[in-house]
Amino acid sequence: MAVTAATTLDAHRLRADFAVFDDLVNGKPVAFLDSAASTQKPRQVLDAMREFYEHSYANVHRGVYRLAERATAGYEGARRRVATFVNAPSERELVFTRSATEALNLVAYAWGLDNLGPGDVVVVTDLEHHSNFVPWQYIARRTGASFRAIPIDQHGELDLGELDAIEGTGAVKVLASNLVSNTLGTVNPVQRLATWAHERGAIMVVDAAQAAPHRPVDVQALDCDFLAISSHKMCGPSGVGALWGRRELLEEMGPFNLGGEMIRSVSLERTTWNELPYKFEAGTPAIAEAVGFGAAVEYVSNMGLDAIERHERELVEYTLALLGELPWVSTYGPPPERRAGIVSLNVEGVHPHDVAQVLDWEGVAVRAGHHCTQPLMTKLGVVATVRASFYLYSIPEEVDRLVAGLRKAKQSLG
Amino acid sequence: MSEFDQLYRELILDHYKSPRNYGLLDPADALAEGQNPLCGDEIAVSVRFGPEDVIEEIGFDGRGCAISQAATSMLSELVKGRTAQEVAVMPKDELLDELGIPLTPVRLKCAILGLGVLKLALHKARGTPLPEEWGTSSRDLVLE
Repeated sequence: MAVTAATTLDAHRLRADFAVFDDLVNGKPVAFLDSAASTQKPRQVLDAMREFYEHSYANVHRGVYRLAERATAGYEGARRRVATFVNAPSERELVFTRSATEALNLVAYAWGLDNLGPGDVVVVTDLEHHSNFVPWQYIARRTGASFRAIPIDQHGELDLGELDAIEGTGAVKVLASNLVSNTLGTVNPVQRLATWAHERGAIMVVDAAQAAPHRPVDVQALDCDFLAISSHKMCGPSGVGALWGRRELLEEMGPFNLGGEMIRSVSLERTTWNELPYKFEAGTPAIAEAVGFGAAVEYVSNMGLDAIERHERELVEYTLALLGELPWVSTYGPPPERRAGIVSLNVEGVHPHDVAQVLDWEGVAVRAGHHCTQPLMTKLGVVATVRASFYLYSIPEEVDRLVAGLRKAKQSLG
Repeated sequence: MSEFDQLYRELILDHYKSPRNYGLLDPADALAEGQNPLCGDEIAVSVRFGPEDVIEEIGFDGRGCAISQAATSMLSELVKGRTAQEVAVMPKDELLDELGIPLTPVRLKCAILGLGVLKLALHKARGTPLPEEWGTSSRDLVLE
């Protein structure tokens, strides 16, 4: 193997936690290189959910009986784990949502509709996933605020020199950026952006869906105001995500979804809101999923976020070194030391979708498309890319199979 | 035959590499464009009618995967000489039979993109009906 540096993460060994790696797809074991889209789930997470359903399940925050107490304890225990995971000052600032997307919509609607107007500027980046782009574009349009994007340079990194020009267009009220680009793997200087935003009285909103699974994330160190994460991208179930928000902002915001649980009292004349975080959790939440989310947080924390980050960087270095020997492959994004475990590429003369199809027959699962980043694709001047993305269970042998598959695609179609 | 040969059998590769009726007509009687947001395929189709709305000439432009481009090329040969009304109700299976390969649901969208764009062009120019399964919202989202 070309990866020689010792890692503290034994990917070969922990693969035993994931049943899918024992399966054959098209007669071959699957090389799952699409973890940026969603991750596989370890036994520990599935066991926690099953155990919860079998022995602790009831609705939360309502029943006076023992089972309901256990369910609430499980749900709130998960909240505590997730809050600790992002170093939230208080678990009351941690709102469970359906997804990172819903978390970002929550901020755009509940904060944006009341705080934005004509003359204000909402700033995003060219690297945003549609989930941190479209809600802001939409709310800016609804409130009369203008909408700007920080451009990228030739490495796919933010060109902060453009901030001054953006500032000249009005009063900056929101800066929304991801911490890690889901398409290029670029690690964005969120701390610097937060400082810039705060100096102008703006809030800093961070989409950490692609960062939190792969590297330590600390809302206090980032000095942001809101941060969204997703369970299914970090070994947890889909259907649950979380929003961390600064308490004073969450307190002054109106609700997002309305209904049960989020109220304190209801009458025909007047309804008052529940305390944090329940004000933002209308309806029965995804209870067992939240428990699974908590178990996932525990799983990746036990493996070590620093170790995961290092492991993925080695895989990226290995991948880029191999791809560098293929003159007909273009790669996008910054050098390995400044990116997360994602490699976007194209094979000369072969559409990404066709590349992905050939790779599928080799048992290699990658994503081909625009990765929900159409503005970025436009900037890169491509319709789509092939994206290989890694996680803690990824191994160099899978990269070898990727490269072999790319050769096959080039021979057959290029 | 391996899966690979099956999907990219010679005919499809031939259409992909040497598309028939490639290039938009100018002027054209009908024109529309659309994209498959899943993989970024883009197709524009233009048509010139003869008497009684028979498709006399057709030209398309596009970029995308082999399936989307080859299928549109094959489609352009299929529909020449048919009326707008006939093509508006042409079942997608006719085109899929022509392609003659098994397709997963995702790739099915690639294969029928050109047909959808053509139907939209005919609808805009001649008021022919659009496929019922499109509903009313997807027209704005997927096909402009």
